[in-house]
Amino acid sequence: MDQFILQILNGLDKGSAYALIALGLTLIFGTLGVVNFAHGALFMLGAFVAVTVSNLLTLSHKVVDETRTDFLGNPLQVDVPYLYDFFGQAAGDTIIDWAVPISILVAIPIMVAIGFAMERGLIKYFYKRPHADQILVTFGLAIVIQEIVKYFYGANPIPTPAPDAFVGSFDFGVVLGFDPNAIIYPYWRLVYFFFSVVVIGAVFAFLQFTTFGMVVRAGMADRETVGILGIDIDKRFTIMFGIAAAVAGLAGVMYAPINSPNYHMGMDFLVLSFVVVVVGGMGSLPGAVAAGFMLGILESFASMSAVIDLLPGINQIIIYLVAIIILLTRPRGLMGRKGVMEE
Amino acid sequence: MSNNNFSRRGVLKTGMVASAGLALPQYLRAQESGFTNAPGASEVILGFNVPQTGPYADEGADELRAYELAVEHLNGEGDGGMLGTFSSQALEGAGILGRRVNYVTGDTQTKSDAARASARSMIEKDGAIMITGGSSSGVAVAVQALCQEAGIIFMAGLTHSNDTTGKDKRANGFRHFFNSYMSGAALAPVLQAAYGSDRKAYHLTADYNWGYTTEEAVRTSTEAMGWETVNTVLTPLTQTDFSSYIAPVLNSGADVLVLNHYGGNMVNSLTNAVQFGLREAQANGKNFEIVVPLYSRLMARGAGSAVAGIFGSTNWHWSLQDAGSQAFVRSFGTKYGFPPSQAAHTCYVQTLLYADAVTRAGSFNPCAVDEALEDFEFDGLGNGPTLYRGEDHQCFKDVLVVKGKENPENEFDLLEIVEITPVAQVTYPADHPQFAGGALGTCNPGA
Amino acid sequence: MLGLEKKDFRLLLIVIGLTAFAPFLLNPFPEGSDLAQFNAGYPDLMQRFVIFGIFAIGFNILFGLTGYLSFGHAAFLGAGSYGAVWMFKLLSMNVLPAIAISVVIAGLFSLLIGYISLRRSGIYFSILTLAFAQMSFALAYSVLTPITGGETGLQLALSDPRIFGAAQTATGNIPVPALFGLEMRSSFEWNVGAWLFTFNAGYYLAAVFMIIAFYISIRIFRSPFGMMLRAIKSNQTRMSYTGLNARPYTLAAFVISGMYAGLAGGLMASMDPLAGAERMQWTASGEVVLMTILGGAGTLIGPVLGAGMIKYFENIFSKINETILHGWFAFLPDGLEDVVVAMIYPFIGKGWHLTLGIMFMLVVIFLPGGLVQGGQKIAALFSRKKAEETKPNATEPAE
Repeated sequence: MDQFILQILNGLDKGSAYALIALGLTLIFGTLGVVNFAHGALFMLGAFVAVTVSNLLTLSHKVVDETRTDFLGNPLQVDVPYLYDFFGQAAGDTIIDWAVPISILVAIPIMVAIGFAMERGLIKYFYKRPHADQILVTFGLAIVIQEIVKYFYGANPIPTPAPDAFVGSFDFGVVLGFDPNAIIYPYWRLVYFFFSVVVIGAVFAFLQFTTFGMVVRAGMADRETVGILGIDIDKRFTIMFGIAAAVAGLAGVMYAPINSPNYHMGMDFLVLSFVVVVVGGMGSLPGAVAAGFMLGILESFASMSAVIDLLPGINQIIIYLVAIIILLTRPRGLMGRKGVMEE
Repeated sequence: MSNNNFSRRGVLKTGMVASAGLALPQYLRAQESGFTNAPGASEVILGFNVPQTGPYADEGADELRAYELAVEHLNGEGDGGMLGTFSSQALEGAGILGRRVNYVTGDTQTKSDAARASARSMIEKDGAIMITGGSSSGVAVAVQALCQEAGIIFMAGLTHSNDTTGKDKRANGFRHFFNSYMSGAALAPVLQAAYGSDRKAYHLTADYNWGYTTEEAVRTSTEAMGWETVNTVLTPLTQTDFSSYIAPVLNSGADVLVLNHYGGNMVNSLTNAVQFGLREAQANGKNFEIVVPLYSRLMARGAGSAVAGIFGSTNWHWSLQDAGSQAFVRSFGTKYGFPPSQAAHTCYVQTLLYADAVTRAGSFNPCAVDEALEDFEFDGLGNGPTLYRGEDHQCFKDVLVVKGKENPENEFDLLEIVEITPVAQVTYPADHPQFAGGALGTCNPGA
Repeated sequence: MLGLEKKDFRLLLIVIGLTAFAPFLLNPFPEGSDLAQFNAGYPDLMQRFVIFGIFAIGFNILFGLTGYLSFGHAAFLGAGSYGAVWMFKLLSMNVLPAIAISVVIAGLFSLLIGYISLRRSGIYFSILTLAFAQMSFALAYSVLTPITGGETGLQLALSDPRIFGAAQTATGNIPVPALFGLEMRSSFEWNVGAWLFTFNAGYYLAAVFMIIAFYISIRIFRSPFGMMLRAIKSNQTRMSYTGLNARPYTLAAFVISGMYAGLAGGLMASMDPLAGAERMQWTASGEVVLMTILGGAGTLIGPVLGAGMIKYFENIFSKINETILHGWFAFLPDGLEDVVVAMIYPFIGKGWHLTLGIMFMLVVIFLPGGLVQGGQKIAALFSRKKAEETKPNATEPAE
């Protein structure tokens, strides 16, 4: 029982990352009809915003320490962050420690700007082009973004820890009446889960309860008619692209402490997030979110050792297997609309 | 068809003179030298096949730096590095057998297909006489088999799986790096001393060949000293988030977690394990511990502070104080500004060993090189007295057991040496069950 | 001729000519010169050009004609290579049975996957094929290691049975794949002045297969069957209203293209007897999609051009390193040399992915029809010039 609860918890946490990425991807599919293979790259860029912010905060000048030597026997040069000079060591350390939460604030404008630039500079010329062309151009863009990041940051993962306050685990077992250590879960991952719930809720509320959202939803349903009504839907779609980019970026920033970011983390998520979107059903936002959480939970169950012992290799294929079963039993995924991306 | 199988450039130069005037068709029969890609009189070409794209690109870049340094030293440029400390003094910094050393580079992409394509282009197009490099066992085994077929010597780079000199060994392939068995044998006594012999271990293992051999090696040696293995779980190579594998560990009755992971897998699984608070946790009334059988500095850097206090093994570390290591660290550090990694070290040493073997044999013929390297004993290359065993072409030398530093001074100073396990303790017979199957075959000079 | 229209026959002749003279065409630069770096006329790469050409031609029969975008074709190539290597291990080193079995295995495998996946269309179909291929890859890399060799790939060993052939050669080595004694790796070389041309047995075998594959693909494109496939692409609903069931046609196209992939896999294993699981990964499936779109989906020759282009980048650009760059620009003054090298360096060697990505974007932005369209544009430019040149004479009124 405790294992069961633990894996549900775990699946919700895993699923929240999938859901966030799939949500952004579906926004772009649904509003613009564009297959965006560069969406994983946006997620990765978000994580590297966190890396960059923490690099900027630790920007240092060198002070020669004559008492110590480096590996070649020369006097050791010690890096002293400028923040120490400005705020003193204790306050400086606290600011550096909170690099990731600070990055969230920085990431939103940056990611929105990147989204605007992408849509205005490239994607808008591809609305009328076949999906194959969209795939090729966004895939090319994803490679270019990746390689630029690799050029500056290298291929090795870069540790980006969460603030000390969030290090450690919360023991649910004790609260629920199990033995200590039966159900523990790291604080930061819980933060991630709640954060994604808030972001998903905000996006839904925005689309549901604002005039802007109403127009966008109308545009998703029937772009032409909305255009005939004299509404500049293009501008709104640009904004939606910016929002989708920001959602992907925030997912990335918050993910940085969970796994050290590297330049190809976007590609690792790309295939998976497409599977999530399609299982959820093309063009359906609730579908994408539901599929994200569902696949996360199933993946967690498949990794339990009792399950692996029963079906060796099941943890390797669970997501794809579930995708196949769902698509064969429900032709348009969980909540897909008829006619979207079916031609 | 008695035509040669792999083209080369050296003979071409004589061919060019012969056919300079009239464009007469000219069949190149078996090369007079009797082996593939015999170098010309002035230069010899080595092929450095390392990952330049993909997750191991940084490791590949470090290997390439070491190769460039080795070429410099072989050609008598720079400060000579380990040439001065190498017990065999055959190399004088005048190239190899009087020929200037040149090199070509390629990208393995850490995929066996791409690695073989790159190696074949070096052999067929550039006339490389020796291929070296790589940073995973899949690539090493694939390229080793190719070199055997082509009649080229393969000096493996970083490859840790038992299979490279076990079931997939080849007469034309040589490995200086240590292997899974040695990691297990070296780690076990240290773990016993630090954590006691009454421990229950939980293994997470990467679900592919290297993972299997490492798990087997560590399990066998720890069980031999009294540890119990509670559970072993295989994790997919493509896994990035290990939380669902780590979450049940603390409640499984285990008090040690062994992470048989490498590269990105290891960085993520260790980070996740530390996130779950395993390092501070208590189980069975003892402190919970984590072990990582194979450490590398780049991985330690990726995992950051998560490595502190965690045991693992490594082939070499720059903080070693012997003359050879110091000479190497000095020339590498002076040229590039930071200390070399273990991958850089093994690649540098392999290049030197090859050059030395050719010089001692007086020939580039792979069979002659084979003979010169087999059962060759040497010292002064950073690992103490070392034997290149003839039966399986594996180097036997001391293995380092290391621990993540609690308070690293800089981004390179992440590991500290806990113990240098003497070679006798990690030596195994060539027919050891973990290395069973496969045969070395005979050397193939190609042509 | 051969049941082809004049235009198609001319195209076939051009392709035959190009493949036959590839050793010359791909080695335009004298050996030893700085530009020799760009020569692609060595056996491995020439083999890869035609093998991936076959793969892309087959993929184009499905994607170019029916519009069904499969993201799992690499699985068939992988299954084909495993089949071929097993034939080498069990039967003999003759390449023909190996190639035959690889086509059969890939055909059966694609029949199974196609039968299931083709129940859906559009992106749902793409994801189904992707899911099957990723499952094949994941299992081949891990659980199926006894059959596939896992991480290290499936290899030949000295202990293989090889019922109809020697387990090992006289010198104690593993025999190499051959066609009735003609080793696939054997070549003869021809020196012409400073040039060196390599004629490789394996390349020509693969080239013959590619020409046959290309011929069959032309016949399919021009046949009523091909027409039917195009009809599926343009309007499947209307087709079904006329009482035709599209599924058997798409399934046939899927299996044919799967067999092409298997042929490519079998040839790959014949040229280099090792089969690795990475061949099945989604990136490998994506690669053939990119090849086809880059060259021009739906055109006959496009996919071959796309395949050649990507393989050229992968094998030639990745091998240029800093030392070579410094060699090229050694004539410049020192400071300038460093600047130039520093500017080019991110795009070559370890940066070849970047160049490839930029290439994808440029082609798809400026040449929506792929490289074929680029060729047409250039051709149009020349013919217009020619037309203009001849115009004055033509329009001048006779006096």
